[in-house]
Amino acid sequence: MSDVTVTEAQNERELMLSTSPHLQSRWTTKQIMWFVNLALAPCVISAVLYFGFYQLLVIATAVIFAVGTEALIQKLTKKPIAVMDGSAVITGLLLGLIVPPNFSLVSTALGSIFAIGVGKMIFGGLGYNIFNPALVGRAFLQAAFPVAITTWTAPNYAVDSVSSATPLAALKFDGVSTAVGPLFFGNVGGSLGETSSIAILLGGIFLLVTGVANWRIPAAMTIGVIVFGGALWLIDPSYPSPIFHIFAGSFLFGAFYMATDYVSSPITGVGMWIYGLGIALVLVLIRVFGGLPEGVMYSILFMNAFVPLINRYTRPRIFGEVKS
Amino acid sequence: MKKQVTLFTEYTKGVWDQNPVFKQVLGMCPALAVTVSAMNGIAMALATTFVLTFSSLIISLIRKVIPTQVRIASFILIIATFVTIVDLVMRAQFPALSKELGPYIPLIVVNCLILGRQEAFSSKNTPGRAVLDSLGMGTGFLIALGSLGGIREILGSRTFLGLQVMPNAFDPWLVMILPAGAFLSLGLMMGFLNHMNLRKKDREERELVARHLQEPKMSLEHGEEVKSWS
Repeated sequence: MSDVTVTEAQNERELMLSTSPHLQSRWTTKQIMWFVNLALAPCVISAVLYFGFYQLLVIATAVIFAVGTEALIQKLTKKPIAVMDGSAVITGLLLGLIVPPNFSLVSTALGSIFAIGVGKMIFGGLGYNIFNPALVGRAFLQAAFPVAITTWTAPNYAVDSVSSATPLAALKFDGVSTAVGPLFFGNVGGSLGETSSIAILLGGIFLLVTGVANWRIPAAMTIGVIVFGGALWLIDPSYPSPIFHIFAGSFLFGAFYMATDYVSSPITGVGMWIYGLGIALVLVLIRVFGGLPEGVMYSILFMNAFVPLINRYTRPRIFGEVKS
Repeated sequence: MKKQVTLFTEYTKGVWDQNPVFKQVLGMCPALAVTVSAMNGIAMALATTFVLTFSSLIISLIRKVIPTQVRIASFILIIATFVTIVDLVMRAQFPALSKELGPYIPLIVVNCLILGRQEAFSSKNTPGRAVLDSLGMGTGFLIALGSLGGIREILGSRTFLGLQVMPNAFDPWLVMILPAGAFLSLGLMMGFLNHMNLRKKDREERELVARHLQEPKMSLEHGEEVKSWS
């Protein structure tokens, strides 16, 4: 009897099976993705403003190749082509914004192909990837072209001493600190989208207000950097101050756009705090004691690997379950 | 052995169906470490094949004399003898190549592929079959290391067997000649081959099901009862 009912129901409409809790979101996946793309607009504008129109070409290349790769792989594996959900556009935009100014278009395209192909589609596409695809692409570019990816062109309006080095590299290798003013507006050397803190904050606050990005992760990362970076700074003031940690390099960009990626971040509230604090700890360690001036990419990728573990150990108890 | 395997299959199984690198995942250490160029990969594979073939022959000949308790030690001793021969010959004849492969030539002694074949095959089969099996495994190893080295050399240093094949406009991907490149290329190659295998299996299974679905229908048309589905 029951079999018959199910069959009839299936005939009428597709039955959707999912585990509880059956919470509904305000937005669909597609809407969320396009919100993130919209939130990245200020960063694109600041990139073009500070580094010239060529950067628009770099960003466009990254987006086109990301979308193209995803469509091609979905076609080859005979899956529905779902590039219009905007997730590949995000990966492309993010990758385009974290390469240095005047980066070669061929290498950008390669990074996009790798990001989507190896970072995302190999795991099964949207929702299955362990690591943030854009960061996977960036890490590949870093390993493949170590010289080109650390060649920083000064922004158009650069007047101060930080001309061809990023503020973090200047501090680490030459002991030259950069004032917070240029760091805040973005008039410093660095990757396309990461230099202007104000543009990132604009997009970031938009994401937080709409509820697209969870506030816990950026908050945990900021608190973590203030605590860990501040502790080291108090011990020895020659280490970067917490304010410098936050506004220099790609910390803000990573905190708002990279670490909050739904797929590669924890799903529980407690888990998000652990994840954010973990990123901050690894980041401060790399920046202060590591050989590289910047560590946002590696710290996020590192913590991405722990996400399944964090999810497992912060799993909420079932209602009525007794603590064992 | 229950099923008689033809001599030809004894050779070909190592080339593809039981490819030591892609299917058995044996000998990973040389496969990952020395394949920065096609030449290194081929040299390594040839050296390994030499050691494998001759130690298989010897072990197969004396397989009934070796006491079971000390067989592993005996295998290693015989393998080490041939590795020493290879090492000395390479140092004398190809000093440059020997220098490039460095400690990986003496390390052939502990290549699990070689010991694995002795334990699994040579110590249980006649010398002729043992040699054929070793040559097959060696060919498989050569294909794997050659292609892996070729891909890494082309992408990582623009050359193939020392000849420039990519234009100067191509930026070499430095990562490919670093250890990370070995893991990346091997992983992607294995993934691709497994994917092709799965597809083939899938197709065969579907054909089988289709055949079985047709048979009972046909017999029913003749008014017969379906007795079994096998």
